Amino acid sequence: MLRARAFKFGDNISTDDITPGRWFHLRSNLPELAKHLMEDVDPSFASRVKPGDFIVAGKNFGLGSSREHAAVIIKMAGVSAILAKSAARIFFRNAINVGLPLLICDTDRIGDGDELEVDLEGGRVRDITNGAELPLGKFPDVMLRILEEGGLIPYIKKYGDFEIRS
Amino acid sequence: MGKTLAEKILSENSGVDAQAGDIVIAKVDLAFLQNGTGPLALRQLPASGLDRVANPERVIFFLDHAAPSPSRELSNDHLILRDFATRSGAQLCDIGEGICHQLIVESYANPGEVIVGADSHTVTAGALGAFATGMGSTDVAIAIALGKTWLRVPESFRVVVSGSFEKGVYAKDLMLHLIGSIGADGATYRSLEFCGETVEKMSMSERFTLANMAVEAGAKAGLFPSDETTHRYLESRGRGDKFRAVGPDPDANYEQIIEINVAGLEPTVSMPHSVDKIALAKELKGERIQQVFIGTCTNGRLYDFAVAAAILKVKRRYPATRLIIAPASREVLIQAMAFGYIQTFLEVGAVLLPPGCGACVGVHQGVLGDGERCLSTANRNFRGRMGNPEAFIYLGSPATAAATAIAGEIIDPREML
Ligand code: SF4
Repeated sequence: MLRARAFKFGDNISTDDITPGRWFHLRSNLPELAKHLMEDVDPSFASRVKPGDFIVAGKNFGLGSSREHAAVIIKMAGVSAILAKSAARIFFRNAINVGLPLLICDTDRIGDGDELEVDLEGGRVRDITNGAELPLGKFPDVMLRILEEGGLIPYIKKYGDFEIRS
Repeated sequence: MGKTLAEKILSENSGVDAQAGDIVIAKVDLAFLQNGTGPLALRQLPASGLDRVANPERVIFFLDHAAPSPSRELSNDHLILRDFATRSGAQLCDIGEGICHQLIVESYANPGEVIVGADSHTVTAGALGAFATGMGSTDVAIAIALGKTWLRVPESFRVVVSGSFEKGVYAKDLMLHLIGSIGADGATYRSLEFCGETVEKMSMSERFTLANMAVEAGAKAGLFPSDETTHRYLESRGRGDKFRAVGPDPDANYEQIIEINVAGLEPTVSMPHSVDKIALAKELKGERIQQVFIGTCTNGRLYDFAVAAAILKVKRRYPATRLIIAPASREVLIQAMAFGYIQTFLEVGAVLLPPGCGACVGVHQGVLGDGERCLSTANRNFRGRMGNPEAFIYLGSPATAAATAIAGEIIDPREML
């Protein structure tokens, strides 16, 4: 069970929003890159976000470039999960691969700063601030298992290969 | 039940009878990294305990996103890729060779293959009938090590294109129009499969432009059946023997069929800061533009330069509008020189960048100033894309770009033909 505060963003947050191209030269220096997380959307976000907090967004979160650094620095900032109405596919895979839960639900019912309780096993979110109960979308078994291992690297370390039952 | 092109290629590469929605483990025929995503991928390999390369002949590293390097940090990233290539036997395309997606289609991709690249525009090779899709660094690192990856077989949209383009209207206009109508997430997780009489008549260059921007509608792949045009292209690249006819079954199951007649289509422009926010070029007349950029994996090919040069040849560039040209590859540059296009560009005062991503990704070369507007032939115009969140990017065809460089404001290129 995860419990923390929601930072609300809008629709179509691109990976250029999450980690702008002008910081390209910091990609091998992730702690520095992380200081600029989301700065064109919310300049104070990187300094305000606390370990455990949630990013809550509208539709098509993470569209655009394949830069996995976007998911990596969100995780480094301590964000425990992203909740969105929908997510772009490369970002979706990247988030799971770095062990960052990306959960699909009706985020219109969540307000900025709301206190949320996320029950991953039970597949639901409770907005403690306004009482809304939101079911979470399902994702493929393979992604669930990668996430359970904490990401693709620990998964491969454990199994040495893809272990996929359909 | 027949199969879509995506279902066919993924069935073949996974050895199972795959249908949309299935999860398969597919053999990867070609895997690649560029200098923005490569260093992270190569750090993941030892971390995964799989410090190996399954098929080094078919693993390619591109130094294209900051080439030549503008900083010490990026030079060190380049070193990581060069060193790993030397040690592992992977192929290296160093600075000045060109943009990864252009080099992939010029020299590596073939019909029926599964291609994964750590760059979202990997979809470009779908124009050759390959299932090509972008992934992040870790996914591609594992594909490099194991020679395979997991994929969910996508549902497909069939895009049936008919009619003839009017003079001054191009595949780029068609793609901006399509994305404008279905939205930037209109094809998320889907494969877009292009067909129809107009597609059959289309050159490879125009097909690359369409496939390239499939991801701008959220698509996992933008696929074309391979045909005589594909065959001739591969022959011209010395890979005629790699040609195979691949295409969907006539009774394949499509989630949606989108029919577009291009006959009435007009030059189209995406407005800041979203690719699906479109307008006709003529509706934006009067919008002042400080920089025009012609290049990128979308529209930096010989054909694009031919179109732009034909317009710029007879007119003068508007003095307060800068013109930046970046060929998609060294070969494009050499040919564009031979045809005199580069001469034309330089005579109107253009700045020529080395083959590569150049101004597109906001790392260096062509970064915009606060409040400035750019008309670019690229594929995306997100806020901050060209290095400055206070700048504005419009997207259009090479013809619209060239005409805009002359007028100093956005203009319908048909006014200059
Ligand atoms: S030209 Fe632009 S879109 Fe294409 S690969 Fe380079 S940075 Fe990406």
